[in-house]
Amino acid sequence: MDEGLRLEGLRIAQGQRPLVALDLAVAPGTVASVMGPSGAGKSTLLAAVMGTLGAPFDLRGRVVLGGRDVTALPPERRGIGILFQDDLLFPHLSLGENLAFGLSRRLRGRAARQAAVEDALEEAGLGGMAGRDPATLSGGERLRAALMRTLLAEPRALLLDEPFASLDQDRRARMRRLVFDRARARGLPVLMVTHDPADAEAAGGPVVRIGDD
Amino acid sequence: MRPARALARGAVRAPLPRVRMLPAVPLLTVGLLTLPVGAGLVGTALPAFGVMPALGRAEPGLDAFRALADWPGLGPAMRLSVVTGLAATAVSLAVTMLIVASWSGTRVFAAIRRALAPLLSVPHAAAAFGIAFLIAPSGWLLRALSPWATGFERPPDWLVVQDPQGLALIAGLVAKEVPFLLLMSIAALGQTDERRALTVARSLGYGREGAWFRTVFPRLYRQIRLPVYVVLAYSMTVVDVAAILGPNTPATLSVQIVRWMNDPDLALRLQAAAGAVVQLLLVVAALGLWRLAEAALAGIGRAWVRSGRRGPRGPWLPALSLALAGLSATAVLAGLALLALWSVAALWSFPQAWPDALTLRSWARHGPELVDLLLTTGAIAGLSALIALLLAIGCLEAEERYGLRIGRGGLWLLYAPLIVPQVAFLPGLQAALLWSGAQSGIWAVTAAHLVFVFPYVFLSLGDPWRAWDRRLGTAARGLGAGPEGVLWRVRLPMLLAPLLTAFAVGFAVSVGQYLPTLLVGGGRVATVTTEAVALAAGGDRRAIGVHALAQTAAALLPFALALAVPRLVWRNRRGMQHG
Repeated sequence: MDEGLRLEGLRIAQGQRPLVALDLAVAPGTVASVMGPSGAGKSTLLAAVMGTLGAPFDLRGRVVLGGRDVTALPPERRGIGILFQDDLLFPHLSLGENLAFGLSRRLRGRAARQAAVEDALEEAGLGGMAGRDPATLSGGERLRAALMRTLLAEPRALLLDEPFASLDQDRRARMRRLVFDRARARGLPVLMVTHDPADAEAAGGPVVRIGDD
Repeated sequence: MRPARALARGAVRAPLPRVRMLPAVPLLTVGLLTLPVGAGLVGTALPAFGVMPALGRAEPGLDAFRALADWPGLGPAMRLSVVTGLAATAVSLAVTMLIVASWSGTRVFAAIRRALAPLLSVPHAAAAFGIAFLIAPSGWLLRALSPWATGFERPPDWLVVQDPQGLALIAGLVAKEVPFLLLMSIAALGQTDERRALTVARSLGYGREGAWFRTVFPRLYRQIRLPVYVVLAYSMTVVDVAAILGPNTPATLSVQIVRWMNDPDLALRLQAAAGAVVQLLLVVAALGLWRLAEAALAGIGRAWVRSGRRGPRGPWLPALSLALAGLSATAVLAGLALLALWSVAALWSFPQAWPDALTLRSWARHGPELVDLLLTTGAIAGLSALIALLLAIGCLEAEERYGLRIGRGGLWLLYAPLIVPQVAFLPGLQAALLWSGAQSGIWAVTAAHLVFVFPYVFLSLGDPWRAWDRRLGTAARGLGAGPEGVLWRVRLPMLLAPLLTAFAVGFAVSVGQYLPTLLVGGGRVATVTTEAVALAAGGDRRAIGVHALAQTAAALLPFALALAVPRLVWRNRRGMQHG
């Protein structure tokens, strides 16, 4: 399988202590869930896939995206987008500027870029809010904006770091559907870290447990 | 009552624990900071407009400003002040931000962090002398290259130090301000969510530096804006560094003002006061200009973000920032080494890179006088740092117990003595002291130092104080300890290391003070710093080496103790040995 995201013999250790060992293939348009108790190394795993794993950790194995080994690439050249539990919109930029931050440079011209940002906001049910201060939005609105910002960068894979944990039950279901639908529509392989079984169930893809001895 | 019992039992006695005094400490401190600055500004402005009670003069008018305008050096002196100030600040900020952008969170950054404390505590004057010894035409750099590479048998006739453009002055300021801005940035980084912002931005395709400047810098800059203003005001108006590295004909405005202040001709005092008013207005104008530039840059930055450009990228950025940081650190440290070498040099004629012989003659000659100077320096520094520390503890404890938090306005008050140029209010403070009949002796100097020492002590102690785990206090209260017991038996012992560090910071700040000692002491209080700067004009390198080295040692020693003492005291307490 050349398509999708593959973790081949991924082994993360902290000094002598092994933390995570994982082999996983995520096909385009599917959502794989990684579950485990807190402290099991879920965030460490995501950092390894992103390429932000720093000093005390030791990484073996390969991260392969669309048939290409990206293990040695810096995060900005992997083409992997990430969504966190907190939206992490940049507080010094307006909502529209946050999305423009993500929007790929391949789209040139001020008017065209602005239109693309407007379209993305519309798609997330945030039409006409480009000038708003992110701090004035609700939690759900901010998460939707963060999703669109990530997608505008045209990633080839999506990571989710417990992205629905901060939402109440009702919103959680709707946000899940939005994220999964958008990812499927774009044929993205999605790797989701969660400790909510309902998340994994809704994802419908393979489920991996880590940290259970 | 419990506090009384705690006191009776207590091993530590100090005026602070009396509870009813505590709420007054913040107010007292605000007064201590603002009164001298306020009184000093008034005391400077009055003689500028012809009113000088101490001289028995009261002819309100603009004569002093007319005399100042007639001085042909005014234009160049003003330009020098503005250009060196803006350039030194812009370069220092750019270098600092590049270092943080490329390296924060790495092992290299941890090493840079450890090198900061010693670099920061080197007094400005000593660093300036060291750099002069390094880059002057007869300095070590040219010696090392002569005559084999340059062909020089005698020092060339170059104006490298004290050059008319003030380039040496700018370089000297940058070498000392980069560590300061780095320290302030490191303290502020915790509030910028740097790691996650970088992860998000890099996942969107931005290189490390590009991501940092677009997402972390705007938030970081908001936190370090006041320290940047301090650097700007300081660089524009510094006297000791400018007297050593700055141009002479004309000198910067501040140096000229101090010359007039010390002139036997008392009429020149009025001209000096007028100059001080002009200097103050210049600083206000430069701060305004800087503020406008901030807004313009923010606008450009937003357009940059909207465009979606992903650069800059490239391995040269980290290398460049590391080279710049290394260069400024090396300049300071190599300068110190040269000071040490000169202080023990026998004959050392020009093209030689090493003196003919080493001797302790210079130390023997200046030794007895040095002991007196060091005692005075240490007494002033120890006392002002101790008072500042007690006030800071009082303010922080009052914040804790009564919610008397320092707000935005309070922060400006804290920074006021550092942003209002010394040369603009110290002459007035001296006049006010004379007029009120107060003795301008060592006590007045100590009080004046306190104004500059306190902000640094407070800033140094504030973060560790607030980071202390309050649950320990709750636990102690549950075991029957009162608020005093918690403070003296739990919090202060646990915070021993940051308390000593704050004291050492204050001590070093006091040791480095030149103008307050000179002006408020009325020329009668001599410290290693005033003596070292006074030697600048004479050019006796051995005497300068001895004094500047003694000055550095006086500033550095408390830092060494602040590191060593907690390790010794807590050698059997593994939980106390972090950091």
